[in-house]
Amino acid sequence: MTLLTTTSSIDDSLTKPPGFWTTFRRNRLAFLGLIIISTMVLLSFIGPIFNPYDPDYIDILNTLSAPLSAGHILGTDELGRDVLARLMFGGQISLGIGLAAMALSVILGTAVGMIAGYRGGIIGAVLMRLVDAVMAFPTIFLILALALLINPGIVSTTLLIAFTSWMSVARLVEGQFRSLRNAEYAAAARTMGVSEFRIMISELLPNAFGPIIVIATLNVARAILLESYVSYLGYGIQAPIASWGNMLNNSQLYLTSAPWLAILPGLAITLTVTSFNFIGEGLRSTLEPNR
Amino acid sequence: MANYLLRRSWQSLILLLLVSFIGFGVLHLAPGGPLSQFVPSAGMAQEDIDRITHQMGLDRSFAVQYLEWLRLMVSGDWGNSYRDGISVLSKIASHIRPTLELMVISTVLAALIGCGIGVWGAVRRYSVMDVLSSVGAMFALSIPTFWFGLMAIYFFALELSWFPVGSRTTIGDGSVPDILYHLVLPVSVLALVETAVWAQFMRSAMLEALQQDYIRTAKAKGLSERKVIWSHAIRNALLPMITLVGLQFPILLGGALVAETVFSWPGMGRLFMDSLEYRDYPVVMGILILSAIMTMLGSLIADILYVVADPRIRVN
Repeated sequence: MTLLTTTSSIDDSLTKPPGFWTTFRRNRLAFLGLIIISTMVLLSFIGPIFNPYDPDYIDILNTLSAPLSAGHILGTDELGRDVLARLMFGGQISLGIGLAAMALSVILGTAVGMIAGYRGGIIGAVLMRLVDAVMAFPTIFLILALALLINPGIVSTTLLIAFTSWMSVARLVEGQFRSLRNAEYAAAARTMGVSEFRIMISELLPNAFGPIIVIATLNVARAILLESYVSYLGYGIQAPIASWGNMLNNSQLYLTSAPWLAILPGLAITLTVTSFNFIGEGLRSTLEPNR
Repeated sequence: MANYLLRRSWQSLILLLLVSFIGFGVLHLAPGGPLSQFVPSAGMAQEDIDRITHQMGLDRSFAVQYLEWLRLMVSGDWGNSYRDGISVLSKIASHIRPTLELMVISTVLAALIGCGIGVWGAVRRYSVMDVLSSVGAMFALSIPTFWFGLMAIYFFALELSWFPVGSRTTIGDGSVPDILYHLVLPVSVLALVETAVWAQFMRSAMLEALQQDYIRTAKAKGLSERKVIWSHAIRNALLPMITLVGLQFPILLGGALVAETVFSWPGMGRLFMDSLEYRDYPVVMGILILSAIMTMLGSLIADILYVVADPRIRVN
């Protein structure tokens, strides 16, 4: 069966890691992005071991102390909690939500796109109009309105972001499947009695891997950004759990007395999102050189 | 042409139906549904709730309720606010002007600056300016709008005191210069992301235009570089930009929501956030559906304008 799937050049670039890696590394911005993301992940997940403070420990005698004072490297917030510790734990939440929402949106989008593109006809048309309909809503409005219906939290925020981010994947996969469902190797597999499901998964889907990986990377950036918007506006991750978005929630009140409360989490978000976007663009030029 | 318009409008209509269905579904999935406004009040017996349920028609089938709701929506009755009983549409109408101010001014600014940067980048491809503006555009698209707003307030309003920290006018003042003064920061914040998108699209449209045969012909017949760029390349590259206005609409609306929150701007975004806080479902739903309708109308009008402006599209 593997003999039948050699038509795609995208596959080649994926199955030969050295070639892929050399091209990708030549894109300096993408490489820089990779380094920044790795640093962020290390800081968020390993960093807390080296930082003595508990992110939720309230110290009302040491509120709003400036960075590099009172033993706090990045200072404390309005309740005296250590900002560095909260940034690290917030990073776990924000990065985690970004990756989880991306995975869910890719799975949902791929499933819808596969069915719509392979089946076509009325089912395909209805599914794709549904994609258009969800896309017609400005994302933030839709997420906030839906957030009213469920209890805010880590899981619900992830689900909301995934539910508003799957459409681009669906469109991409639908297009690929529509043009490939009658390809000769698919027809050959069909005559050999391969099940429809297997044709979709192991014959047609691999052709879309390259562009899917690109969108998936850009979707991580989008998810982290959306988490920050929703949490900043108060409908995402709720205190006392820290996320980069909800750390900014109250920061506007302390802009004059403690500007670092607004500057630091925003920097973390911007750096991480930019890095994922750089990596996504780098992957795009590596995996889809023709575009 | 007529055929295309007809097909495009038909598609939009179907989309509107789907959107309305989503909106209706959300309103009824809300905890307590449309009844939730009454439930908390004390001294309310079960028979009172039953009576209101019947009066509001909530004991009918889902399909009947949906059709009735749709009929009212089409006839302009979008329900009343749970909070103060004012009709949803007049509430929106009284808040839409400040939002449109923000959106229109920032779009015009972003289009001018963005197209300029895009053309520059395409003409001097791979120059330092081009690379910087391309990287800058990606950076601008990665900054959370609200954080950019916070930073703008911190530096330009609090530290330097050049501009006010928020709201649309100074109390007691309302003159045009005062309004313009208050517009500077929110408009800049909103325009940043837009400018980045305009620059990216204009650059690639311009690069494509510069590769066309007619450019080579124009150069071959001895036209000056400036003339080739201004009267041949830019004119053609600007045409697809028309659709960008429509494409950007949802992003712009979302940006306006955030900018209004940060700058306490009394527009539709603030109304939306306030209504969320009071769980004022009819207003939330009204704004949500209106935003979808505006998005669809925006892209429909942009597509039509594109066809009108570019005769080559009409042939296909």
